[in-house]
Amino acid sequence: MKSLRNSLAFILMTVPMAVLFFYFHTWPAMHGIVLSFTNWNGFGPYHFVGLQNYIDLLHDKQIRHAYVFTFEFAIVTTILVNIVSLMIALALNAKIKLSKTFRAIFFLPYVLSTLIVSFIFNFLFSNLIPSIAQNLHLTVLAQNILGTQWAWVGIVIVSVWQGASFNTLLYLAGLQTIPEDVYEASNIDGASTWMTFWRITFPLIMPFFTINMVLAAKSYLQVFDQVVGMTNGGPGTATQSNTFVIYTNGLGGGELAYQSANAVVFLIILVCVAMIQVRMTRGREVQF
Amino acid sequence: MRKHTQTNWVAMAFLIVGSLCILFPIYMAIMVSVKNPQELAQSVLGIPSQFHWDNFQQAMAVTHYFHTFLNSLFITFFAVVLTVLTHSMVAYAIARNMHRRFYRYLYNYFFAAMFVPFPILMLPLVRQMSHLGLADRVGLIVLYIVYGISQNVFLYVGYLKSVPLELEEAALVDGANRWRIFWSVVFPLMAPMNATVAILTGLWAWKDFLLPLVMLSNPTQYTLPLVQYAFQSQYSTNYSLAFASYLLALLPMVIVYIFCQKWIVNNVTKGAIK
Repeated sequence: MKSLRNSLAFILMTVPMAVLFFYFHTWPAMHGIVLSFTNWNGFGPYHFVGLQNYIDLLHDKQIRHAYVFTFEFAIVTTILVNIVSLMIALALNAKIKLSKTFRAIFFLPYVLSTLIVSFIFNFLFSNLIPSIAQNLHLTVLAQNILGTQWAWVGIVIVSVWQGASFNTLLYLAGLQTIPEDVYEASNIDGASTWMTFWRITFPLIMPFFTINMVLAAKSYLQVFDQVVGMTNGGPGTATQSNTFVIYTNGLGGGELAYQSANAVVFLIILVCVAMIQVRMTRGREVQF
Repeated sequence: MRKHTQTNWVAMAFLIVGSLCILFPIYMAIMVSVKNPQELAQSVLGIPSQFHWDNFQQAMAVTHYFHTFLNSLFITFFAVVLTVLTHSMVAYAIARNMHRRFYRYLYNYFFAAMFVPFPILMLPLVRQMSHLGLADRVGLIVLYIVYGISQNVFLYVGYLKSVPLELEEAALVDGANRWRIFWSVVFPLMAPMNATVAILTGLWAWKDFLLPLVMLSNPTQYTLPLVQYAFQSQYSTNYSLAFASYLLALLPMVIVYIFCQKWIVNNVTKGAIK
């Protein structure tokens, strides 16, 4: 009797949340997959069109461009964020003064809204830099780069500015797990700083490198706020990320079924990326 | 050995340059927000002879600041409280029944959902929610609770492995039922993880833009980030007003951060390295 009451309690603790999760997460996802095989535009009747949406996707220049932009942006940003935050973490972990103040400053961007930060950087690129460049007669920078083919650089910069904080935190946590005597041993053996980093520090924080790469890639492949705040996809369609296209064309442009097909392709690609990343980095980690 | 006790000036120099890069856009935002258009045209970065705090008053009026702030606070508060209460319970049931197939599958189900990107559910979800009459603040709270579960159950289950069973067993022998054991024994023991989950959920709900953008149909329910987006056209010519509004939107979380910086940093770290 008692064990029955026990199992009933456990069931009641989990089942309601599982049902809610299914209803608000899995169900719309499945609905999206079904819609991708139809020609529904959001209203009225619709019928199944088989793989037509997927075939159309292959010939859609806007979509292809969105994927190329999304991947280029995500790769460049993921690499830059990891380099920058690893450098900051190494510096914060060194013997320095004011380390608490520095930590507080470097983590600050994490608590700021990405959209608003992007609006602020938008002004920086569109007004401040051109006016300074004009005064210094630097014609290269005298125009707003967000209106040129270099707009993506602006989005990368704002993403690194904000994204580095979280990754720095992780690397710092990783660096602090390395005992001091490991460095001392390496020092006695006469290893240079550079060699100590590559032979000792880096292999030991490999697990943190893995998490950082996976998390950064996942969030930058779904970039949205920065695009809205900086360029709104422009100039033209140059900086439309895939999430941006799905939102704009799917909700506002009446391409509900078509963009659902796009989202399904996106899902498959993201799962593959995550699996490749995990496989590539697994087994190269050193346990201490 | 003396090398280790000396300050590393290369690292210091690097950090000073880095800090300036972080602080510069914020300095610029403050300088833009306290000028009138003529002063702004003369100089963006200079300190003005007179600070125009009325930009802030005007921004508050335009965006209905207090109302918008309360919307954000309402959504964040309930998302955090209900997330902590329900997710800890779900995770407890899962962690203590990992030998049973149902709970193991449930755990894997939640975990697998972490890899599903939001765009795939976005389009059907918007219709589903408006169909249910939940395209509002309440619906948003529901979605934060539901979508946070993958990450939070993962965190809680990991933490529960380190919580000893002896206390629970003693309570069980004393005749307490599972609900009582959970609320009076296990939940307090999970306090460190509750704090981590609360902070991660709070920051997420407070800063989020995409979910409020697609979910909130009524402008009176807009959150702080969403209002900045919605009022963009009204700011277009008046940068000082826009920046006053941006800073007002960022301010509450910055104040919380200044006072609880150590606590926030520690808990976010704990959540991330699990």
